Amino acid sequence: MREPLDTDVAIVGAGVVGCAIARELTRFELRVTLLEAGPDVGAGTSKANTALLHTGFDAKPGTLEARLVARGYELLGEYAERVGIPVERTGALLVAWNEDQLAEFPAIRDHARANGSGELRELDLEELYRREPHLAPGARGAVEVAGEGLVCPFTTPLAYATEAVLAGCHLRRSSPVTSVARLEGGGFRLGTPGGELRSRYLVNAAGLRSDELDRMLGYDRFTVTPRRGELIVFDKLARPLVNHIVLAVPTKITKGVLIAPTVFGNVMLGPTADDVESKDDTESTRRGLDYLRGEGARIMPELLEHEVTAVYAGLRAATEHVDYQLSVHAPDRYACVGGIRSTGLSASMGIAEHVREQLGAAGLPLEPTAGAPPEFHMPYIGELGARPYQRGELIERDSDYGRIVCFCERVTSGEIRDALIGPLPAVDLDGLRRRTRAHMGRCQGFFCAAELAARLDRAGS
Amino acid sequence: MTVVVVGAGPAGLAAATELRRRDTHDVLVVEREAAPGGIPRHAKHQGFGLRDLRRPLSGPAYARRYADLAEKAGVELRTETMVTGWSQDRPLELTGPRGRETIEPDAVILATGCRERPRSARLVPGSRPEGVLTTGTLQQLVYLKRRSIGARALVVGAEHVSFSALLTLAHGGARAAGMVTELPRHQSLALVRAGAALRWRVPLWTRMALTAIHGRPRVEEVELTDLDSGDTRSVACDTVVFTADWIPDHELAVMAGLAMDAGTCGPAVDSALRTSRAGVFAAGNVLHGAEAADVAALSGVHAAAGAAEFVRGSSWRDHGVPIECEPPLRWISPNLVDRRMGMPPRARYALRSAEFVRGPRLQILQDARTLWDGRPGRLVPGRTRSLPHAWTASVDPEGGPVRVRLASRG
Repeated sequence: MREPLDTDVAIVGAGVVGCAIARELTRFELRVTLLEAGPDVGAGTSKANTALLHTGFDAKPGTLEARLVARGYELLGEYAERVGIPVERTGALLVAWNEDQLAEFPAIRDHARANGSGELRELDLEELYRREPHLAPGARGAVEVAGEGLVCPFTTPLAYATEAVLAGCHLRRSSPVTSVARLEGGGFRLGTPGGELRSRYLVNAAGLRSDELDRMLGYDRFTVTPRRGELIVFDKLARPLVNHIVLAVPTKITKGVLIAPTVFGNVMLGPTADDVESKDDTESTRRGLDYLRGEGARIMPELLEHEVTAVYAGLRAATEHVDYQLSVHAPDRYACVGGIRSTGLSASMGIAEHVREQLGAAGLPLEPTAGAPPEFHMPYIGELGARPYQRGELIERDSDYGRIVCFCERVTSGEIRDALIGPLPAVDLDGLRRRTRAHMGRCQGFFCAAELAARLDRAGS
Repeated sequence: MTVVVVGAGPAGLAAATELRRRDTHDVLVVEREAAPGGIPRHAKHQGFGLRDLRRPLSGPAYARRYADLAEKAGVELRTETMVTGWSQDRPLELTGPRGRETIEPDAVILATGCRERPRSARLVPGSRPEGVLTTGTLQQLVYLKRRSIGARALVVGAEHVSFSALLTLAHGGARAAGMVTELPRHQSLALVRAGAALRWRVPLWTRMALTAIHGRPRVEEVELTDLDSGDTRSVACDTVVFTADWIPDHELAVMAGLAMDAGTCGPAVDSALRTSRAGVFAAGNVLHGAEAADVAALSGVHAAAGAAEFVRGSSWRDHGVPIECEPPLRWISPNLVDRRMGMPPRARYALRSAEFVRGPRLQILQDARTLWDGRPGRLVPGRTRSLPHAWTASVDPEGGPVRVRLASRG
């Protein structure tokens, strides 16, 4: 006997990849359920990374990753503009500090050509120092990757999830999948603390735990070894020091440490890359911070004279394989979207499109939804466009947009209020921070933490 | 608009009141918080107001008193209003619930205060759990929002404010697991320390560094490292309060292009509390990290005198000679000297040291000349040692920087 199904597609994991897939599938006549173990979307690997909008110039040519990063770059760039995700197209400079690094340039340029990222221009030293005057002396050469940029790692998954929810996706937060069973006649039964869910199709976008879910389904294809990246975020007063993303030349040993502006107007230094045992080990370490400061001193010594605003560590879902672990099994109605390492943010929409095509080929009926997609716009939290406190006409309509609550990041009472309601409300301080920037600044809550806690309490009750 | 005062803490309110007392016509105070008073609003202990109002008050009563004085004096106060723009050669841009506006005052007094460096700025590694605060946040949670805090807290720092954090913790129903300082001794008064030891049995760990915070979602334990032996120990707690390690809230000063002092991290000022920009003064704790509220207020009064004179038409002289500190001395304030500009606030220079020095002999030098040589008394990190000002009469305005150095340690 066939069991009745609750949903057509269950997506496990609401990181940037899971949210992008949910958004993609809700454009069709499908019941979509997005399950997230944590309290919020985009709150794991997706929130703690270098936040680059990456062309994919240095990906290994011919890999799925290379193709999907390039595709995702185009799609996200366009989407970001449409829905209000902060993007800054700063371009990147790849700087060589010795002969060995200089010798890598031809291969890097070949890769970029093969990946369709175009011709990378070599800069002479005079131009390099004109464009990055605070760079340490001693650079040997540089190439420019004009297309590289920054994208907000917080707004991106929130935008996908918001659109998906508005289009009818059923989002269940704090719903870890504890068991998976195959249903007779096809489909899956997923156990969660909040009850069972029976789904016709299953998408595994469980990130760091994608290997575990894959094994629960009887496969044994890859193992995720969390690779920890620690980052230091410097005060906004350091922002004038750096104009581009300053990349290190990747060598066989390390991908190196970069210095880049952030869309919030800070300067970021990192990441480290250490394989760790635990999938929860997002602790920063003395060794990691010392290493980053050493690298910072080598690349841009003046940066270290500035105050540090934040330190964080994220885990990339690295596997023993070079490429993404992405496959769709037609008979099984199962899509595994695992092993998405550091490029997931840039590739997310490319991955989602690819998964949708593959699921369609596997028999998922893809009937476009009638009517227009949901009209929505994300609260703008970047530095390039106008924030609410800067918009006189908005304050005139609603004075709460003139009441600045978080002084360091200039977040207004109106924005806090908005983040606590709507289709995807914040449920905790971290969620509020990722939606508004509140508490993200140099005082780290000295002035606003008590007020924010009181607001969260009121919203929760 | 004649004078804009930025910040309605003790320094700003005292400055505004004094400006009106000196018949300055229009005085506008802009305050980004919803209520005036600054930090004392949530520093509920006693001991405020001794040096300025000549009466002992609690922090909140002190804050109210200054707000009343300013209001009675005819000062215009605008709360929930923040200066959101002020680059060189541009007017101040204000943002508040009334909207956005720009104003071009004849003079500005910056009184934006200071804050404690949070955990991240101190580069303490580990997880990022709930329960990691500064004293400022702790006080607001307990006194303004009446919210529960943790049950067992580690206090990082052993200055006056660290002991005031102990009071707040007790008020909020939390026990202190201990106090930790990298310095060899606490930096408060012996009586205060003895009181805390007796009343709450708080252990004080000296020459120990907080080297990691663990726990998720809330703090579970911290790691302390003995700076001499390298031994580590863990302490169970659910709250970590980072105290002191003040930094001036100097964003606006930097935005305005003011010359900054490397020692204080605040705008460089002379004895009239003039910054490097004509018509711009600075007062209170934006100059140098935390002094007591009454000292900040007196600094506000001092700046107001100069500002009142300036708006009446006195000319703006160029800045004097910088005063530099040699380690272990950390900073001196004021940090520019021009003998024609009169006495500094409270007729003294404020000096801080990074180290304890018993019976130090200090020298103030300019080029090859010794301007002053004396024994001002014990130096304690986090506490101000006052230096006299008479030596400023012999500063050569054409000479090199004035240097303050520790000549010998007792």
